[in-house]
Parts: sequence; C-alpha cells; structure tokens
Amino acid sequence: MRAVHRFFTRLRNFTAMRHNDERLREEMESHIAIQAEENICAGMSPEEARRCARLKFGAVEAVRENYHAEEGLPFIENLLIDVRYALRILRKSPAFTAVAVVTLMLGIGANVVVFGVLNAVLLHPLDVRDPQNLYQLRHQQWMSGRLLTNSYPAFEDLRRRNTTFSGMAAIDAYSHASLTWNNAAFSVSGDEVTGNYFDLLGVQPQAGRFFHAADEHGTDSAPYVVLSDALWRSAFHADPGIVGMTVELNKHPFTVVGIATAQFHGTERFVWPGYWIPMLNEEQLDSFDYLHARTSISVTVIGRLKPGVTPQQATENLNAIAAELANEYPQTDEGLSYRLIHPGLIGDEGDVIRGFLWSVTVLALLVLAAACANLASLFAARAADRSRELALRVALGSSPRRLVKQLFTEALLVSLLGGAAGLATAGLLLGVLSRWRPAAESHLAAHVDARVFVAALALTLISALLFGMVPARHAWRSSPMQMMKSGPAEVLHLRRFALRDLLLGAQIAICTLLVTASLVAVRGMERTLHAPLGFQPQGAMLVNIDLSQVEQSDDVALAKKKEMIDAARSIPGVTAAGTVNRTPMTGGLHGTPIFLPGTKDFKLNNSVLAPYVFQISPGYFDAAGTRLLAGRDVSWNDTAKTPYVAIVNETFAQNMWAHAPAIGQHFIVSGNLTEVVGVVENGKYHDMQESPQPVVYLPISQGNQGESIFVVRSPRAPNEMTAALQRAFGGILPNVPIAVESWSETLQDQLLPARAATVALGVMGLLAAMLAVTGIFGMAAYSVSRRTRELGIRVALGARKAQVLSAAVGRPIGLLGVGSGVGLLAGIFLSRLLGHIVYQANPRDPVVLVGAVLTMALLGIAASAIPARRALAIDASTLMREE
Amino acid sequence: MKQKKDVQQGTLALMILKTIDVLGPLHGYGIARRIEQISGDLLSLNQGTLYPVLLRLEQEGAIASDWASSENNRRARFYRLTRAGRKLLETEKRDWEQTSAIIARFFEVKAQDLP
Repeated sequence: MRAVHRFFTRLRNFTAMRHNDERLREEMESHIAIQAEENICAGMSPEEARRCARLKFGAVEAVRENYHAEEGLPFIENLLIDVRYALRILRKSPAFTAVAVVTLMLGIGANVVVFGVLNAVLLHPLDVRDPQNLYQLRHQQWMSGRLLTNSYPAFEDLRRRNTTFSGMAAIDAYSHASLTWNNAAFSVSGDEVTGNYFDLLGVQPQAGRFFHAADEHGTDSAPYVVLSDALWRSAFHADPGIVGMTVELNKHPFTVVGIATAQFHGTERFVWPGYWIPMLNEEQLDSFDYLHARTSISVTVIGRLKPGVTPQQATENLNAIAAELANEYPQTDEGLSYRLIHPGLIGDEGDVIRGFLWSVTVLALLVLAAACANLASLFAARAADRSRELALRVALGSSPRRLVKQLFTEALLVSLLGGAAGLATAGLLLGVLSRWRPAAESHLAAHVDARVFVAALALTLISALLFGMVPARHAWRSSPMQMMKSGPAEVLHLRRFALRDLLLGAQIAICTLLVTASLVAVRGMERTLHAPLGFQPQGAMLVNIDLSQVEQSDDVALAKKKEMIDAARSIPGVTAAGTVNRTPMTGGLHGTPIFLPGTKDFKLNNSVLAPYVFQISPGYFDAAGTRLLAGRDVSWNDTAKTPYVAIVNETFAQNMWAHAPAIGQHFIVSGNLTEVVGVVENGKYHDMQESPQPVVYLPISQGNQGESIFVVRSPRAPNEMTAALQRAFGGILPNVPIAVESWSETLQDQLLPARAATVALGVMGLLAAMLAVTGIFGMAAYSVSRRTRELGIRVALGARKAQVLSAAVGRPIGLLGVGSGVGLLAGIFLSRLLGHIVYQANPRDPVVLVGAVLTMALLGIAASAIPARRALAIDASTLMREE
Repeated sequence: MKQKKDVQQGTLALMILKTIDVLGPLHGYGIARRIEQISGDLLSLNQGTLYPVLLRLEQEGAIASDWASSENNRRARFYRLTRAGRKLLETEKRDWEQTSAIIARFFEVKAQDLP
C-alpha cells in the first residue's frame, strides 16, 4: 500500500516533470542557518559558524542527487536521457546509422522471412480439430511424394476391421473437373472424399452445410459439392445464394450444399482444393470406377485414433489387417506394412521439407551472425574514436555502469530501428509469398502473426546484446589515466585489434560459407535443369481434351484419336504428334506387376518387376523427343487381333534380361503375353530425384481407351500453335473444352523446390557478399584513417608503394584469406546441411570451390580498393600542415 | 575516545518517526539534532542525508509537512506524524523489537544451554 502510494507520487512527479529543487534549497538554507546560529551562540565567529554548519550538513551535491532519486523515477528518467543522447549521437553520424540499420534490416528481415515460412509450414497446426490426433497411413517403404497408398476396397477393409481408430476417411486429391454454371465453364481441381471426411476433421462450413456419412446411399447417390472459399469467390462472385443451387461437374448435376471457410483447405499445407465431392460419386467425374477395383491405388487414408491407443498399437493392428488382406487377395494386395505420420507435408516429403527449412534457418541465422559481427566491429571502431569522450565522462564522475548503459542504449536503438525495418520488409515479402500461386490450387499462407513478431523482437534484442557488448566492454575499461598518458586509441591497440580481427575473420568465414552454399545451390539447379529427362519439353505442346464427355465406344474413341493425331500432323510446321495416357512428372504413378512367361498364379509375390506403364500412340516418342534405342515404334497395325507388343526402357531391359538383347523377349502384363519390340532411353517419370525406374509402353491400339494427352512437336511459337491446335481439334470435336499448354510451362512445378532453394540461397549469398564487402571496407578504411600519420611518416622516410599498401590494407586482406579458407572448409564439412537444401549438393565441386575463392577475392579487392587508394594518396607535406 | 557509529541502513527512517512521535512537529534541523542527542552523540550523522529520507516518508504518507516559523522566527518546514505514520511506527517498532530479541538470544546462548 505504501509502496503503491509512493510509486504514484513519484510517477506524478515524473510525468509533471516537477522538481522540488526550490523546496530542497530552502530547507537546506534554513537548516544551515539554524545550525550556524547555534554555533554562534556557542561562541564561534560568524565565518567559522557557517563553515562548520556546512561541514556538518555534508556533501550538498550528493544530498541533492539522493533527493532527486527519491523524488521521481530515476530509472526511466535516465533511460530517457540515454535515449535522447543516443538519438543525438546517431543523428550526428547519419552514414554510420544508415549502414548499421540497413545491415540489421537485411539480417533480421532474412530471418523473419525464413521464420515466417517455418512457422506457416511446420509450427502452425493444421486448421482442424485436435490436429495432434490426426494421422495419415503410409507404407513402410520410402515413396517420395506419392500420396496415394490404398485401393478403395482395401480402405473399406481397413476401416471395417481395425479396432484402434475412432474414424477413418479416404481422400483422392487428384480430382479434376470442368465446372459449368450459367453457361460459364471453369476447369477446377479438388478432392473426392468419403462422407465422414468433414466430421472426422471436425470443421464447420461458412455457409450451408457439409455432407456427412448419412448422405451416402451407394454409388452415385450423393451428388453434392462443397465449394472452397476461393472457388466460391472466383467463380460465383461470393454469392451466398449459390448454396442449394445445382451446378454441373463434367456434365453431371451436383448440388452445392455448402462453402468451406477461407482457412480450410483440407490436410495438405501447400494444396488448396477448389471443391469436395463425396467419393461415391467419383465415377461421374473420373469416368472410371475405382471404388470396386483393388488394382487401382487411388486413395489417401487419414484417421483418428481411439482415446488411449498409441500409434504403435494402431500400426500393429493395421499391419495385421494388411497381412490378412494379402492372404485373401494375393493378386492385388501386397501386404506392405504401415506407419503413421501427421498429414500436411505431401506425405514423406515432410522430412525433406523439414530438413530444408531448418537448414535454411541455420543459414539465415548465420547471416544475422555475420551482420552482428559487422556491426560489432563498426561499433568498436566508433567506441575507439570516442575514447576521449568516454574518458572525459569517467573523469567527470560518470560510473562505468552508466557509460555501459548509455552505449547499450545506442546499440538497442539501432537494432530496434533495424528490426522494425526488417520486420516491415519481411511482412511485405511474406505477403507477396502468400499471394504467389505457383500452380492454380497450390500456395502457402504465411503471415506475420504473434509468433513471428516475438521471434523478430527476440532476434533484435539478441543482436543488440551481441554487437552492443563490444563497445560496452571498451567503455568498461576506459580509464582517464591512460587517456591522459597517450594519444587516442594507441593504448589498447593490440588487444582491441585482436578482437576486431577475430570479428572480421569470423564474418568473412561465415560469408564464404554462405557464398559457397549459394554457388552449390546454383550448380545443383543447373544440374537439375540439364538432367536428362528422357524427353524434350522444349518445343512441345500438350493438348488436354476431355474425351469422356463424348459418349462413345473404344473403337470410335481410338478412331477419333487417330484422326486428331493426323489433324495435328497436318498443321504446317508440326514435326510429330502422338498421345500418352499421362505425361511424366505429373504425379500419381504406381507400378503395375509383370510376370515371367509361363506364370500360372498371378500372385503379387510371383511378379518379377513393377514398372510404370504408359499407353502411347504411334509417334509419341518422336513428339516427346524420346530416343528409340533399338527396335521399332508401336504402330496402328498393332491391334487386338495381332500379338501384344510393348516398348520398354533401358532400365527395364537391364533388370529383366541383363545384357541379352531385349527385342523379341516376352513377359506378361495385365494378363497378356507381350513381346518387346523396342527399347527407348531412360528418363524421369515421377520426380527429378528418383532413381532409374523400369517403364513399359503399351500401344493404345491394344488397350482400353482412357484419358489421352496429345503431344505435338513444332518449332513454331507456342501461342501460334495454341490457336492452330484449337482450330484443328475444334473441327473434330466441337463444343469440347480444349486446353493447350506448352510442356515446358507445365514442368515448372516440378522444378519449383529447386528454384525456391536456389532463390533462397542466392539471396543469402548476396546478403553475405554485401556484408563481407562492408566488413572489409570498414576495417580497411578505418585502419587507413587511424594510421594516416604513421603512413605519412613512412612515405616521408621513403617507403615504397607496395610497403605502404601492405601496411594499410595488409591486415584485412590477410584476414580475408584466412577467413575464406575457414569458410570453405566449413562448407565442405557442412555438405550434409547443404544436402538438405539442394539435391546433389557437392561443395567439393571444383567449379564451386574456384567460384567461391574468386568471389571472395573479388569482393576483397573491391572492398579495399578505395582505402588502398586513400593510403597511396597520403602526402607527407599535407599531413605536416594539418598537424 | 569512543568511536562514533555510522547510522545503519534503514534505521534512520525509524529514528525520525520515533523522534517526531515523541516530540511533536519538528523541522529538519531539529530532528537531526534530537537524533544526535538521543543517541548520546554516539551517532555520526551527515545531517543532509536526512532530507531524502524525509521526502520518502512523506511520499509514503507516513509524515506530512508545512512551512511554519521556528522558535526564533525563522521560516522552516515542520514535519509531523500522520495516522499512517503512527501505524507504520508501531509495526516497525514491533519488528525491530522482535529482531533484537532474537539476536539477543543468540548472543546469550551457551553450549550447555542446548540439548
């Protein structure tokens, strides 16, 4: 109570800036007067009486200071004084302040951006109820990027037989449809999900309702669609009246039952589905029934555990069921064991993404460390220049504590300015990143939230502490005696320079490491771009036509395709055209088991290989630019009536028959004895990182007519080709949407991770290079300016230019050498770290090593050129006049 | 000659309160003088140090002050005890007595007293 009373009185005094100087003065006067009177009464002379009275009273200044301390809030008052003083000092040297603030802005900004992404991707929980208890089923073995793990019947079996899950839902996230409403057509992608999906996730719609398990009454019984907020806004202008209306998806009527919230986008962090439909109605969209096919691995399974069940128990339960299924359906179910992961990061890509983000975080922190080292040496140099002022203040009675506080205030002010600027820049960058949509339905929502803000503040304060320590240490030791004995900055010369040398060395080492890392990334990117794909996307156009909309038999469809290929060929400038059921690197691939000739029992265990199978038309290889190494292409003469033929790739031939020629060999695929008639080169089929995969190409003229993508090769410009193809195909299939894209463009997505890594590392490398330049420049310029007098004397005594140069900038250049060496070594030892970031990272790559050394050397020369010129221009006579 | 003792930290406030309590309103010099007298001139007091303590006590509401004329017609600030101050003095006094009693027992204790 008393303390509170007192605090408020003091606060009142403080805010009113009231100083009772007058009161104290009067009191002191009256006190001394009374004492003096008494002294006079005791027989002293008036002079003597006053003197004694004052002595008895004690040190007036000390009393006044204590009095003030009691009066207001000295801590805050001093802080205000310090801040005001620091602002004045900083304003006095705007160049220094600007450099320091910008350096910190870059360092902190880079970290905030990285942390913002890290926060959005790893730290932020999924927007569903109880995300910790939500699991996704994966197979035990590594299947990079492949989300689909089960057939729908297998999922049903798992759901029915398990005893450990409270609920299980299936998702097919590879659903595409053409949405028509009010005569407008949109090409949209979304998810096909089981009825219990929304209830399992525990989410609510923003309008209307979600569909539920109770809506399901057998195949095609639930023509309902839930729209995403984004699709609702873009296609329906956010009209709430759309709920309850009927729209068409691939010509089938679907009722819009509800609209999901803006935050909800399923369980994958980077994917934003446009719609959700009940899986029971999938055939209307996919024109292919996977609900009853055990061979079609088309669903992702998620589930929630019953209370008290551990993931371990659930996994054992699932594995037991998988073993049962493998027994019951030996032809289709492999009995692969399961494991549980948390959904969100494209299945197993989670580890890769985590590794990447944490590694980039480490690199970003290194940038900040380099920035702090840079600032520390800047501040140390300034403290050295200010030693006279500091010594004077100590001599005037300022305590070292007070000085340290003052210097820290300065550091804190600079870092707060830099931190604020960094946070603002990072906020802008994250905003751009959130708006950026590398593909129609994939993006990442990263924002500056409380966590990011706190991280930025923490980084700011830590940096202030780090680089504020150096000048503070200097002030702590500042002694007026030593200042008096010698000129400025000579006393602690050796020691202080040792510290600054260390700082610059560390900074250069970090910068070399970062430059190496970005060079490695660029090399990796280059290698990725030039990796043999097994096809040539440049100069090829892809045409997507939804043939399912045209009701027709297989024979008619085949004839139509042939007609369209011929039509495409007849376009002037087209060199080749063909079709394939699915272009490489578009995801969703699964192996198809093949068997040796003579196999009777088609159990999965008896299969020899599980290659990817593509269905192609004649001319596809020419159009795709895939080289035929031996044998012949498929032809229109390979029909259901002639022997089954196949073309295989090198890996398949190697795995099956080692070095024996593959042409003329046989194997069984889809129950047909098939002869190999050709061998083509290897390529990439699922993603860039995959190891060589076996592949079989079957002619479309011998199989079912499913989806076909037309590949058309021509040297003409893509936009010309688009128009020509639209015309040519539109004549054959009027009123069917035709989507034409250049193949290179559709591949951009695949290169996105590599590109992102290269950009991230490139930016860090650039920041590091800038820091290295400012660091070396600062050090060299400082040493030249401090040693002008000494250098002048050397010149006067006849020193040659080389000697002057080595005296002036020798030390920074030496440090550059040592620091770069350490940085390169660190880069080599940290190749594991870099390996997380870039595919095939190799810091030992001679190009990278030479590049890093050259970069650092160039940076060093660039940074020390100006100070060196200044050193050479020193003229003894000018100096003498100045002194 | 007897060594004069410095005033122990924190006890000055208590001495001031008790002095005003016993003698009624007093000005700063009067308080300083009385403290020296009561201590039998055993305490050495930098009289100036009194004023920050007086200010603090006033801010805490334990004492109040007003300008008035002294006995020989000098203007001086007179300090008097408030109700809160009297209560404070009582608690402080109890605390102090308790502390000194405890310390006293430690000084008197002998080895054989302890079981």
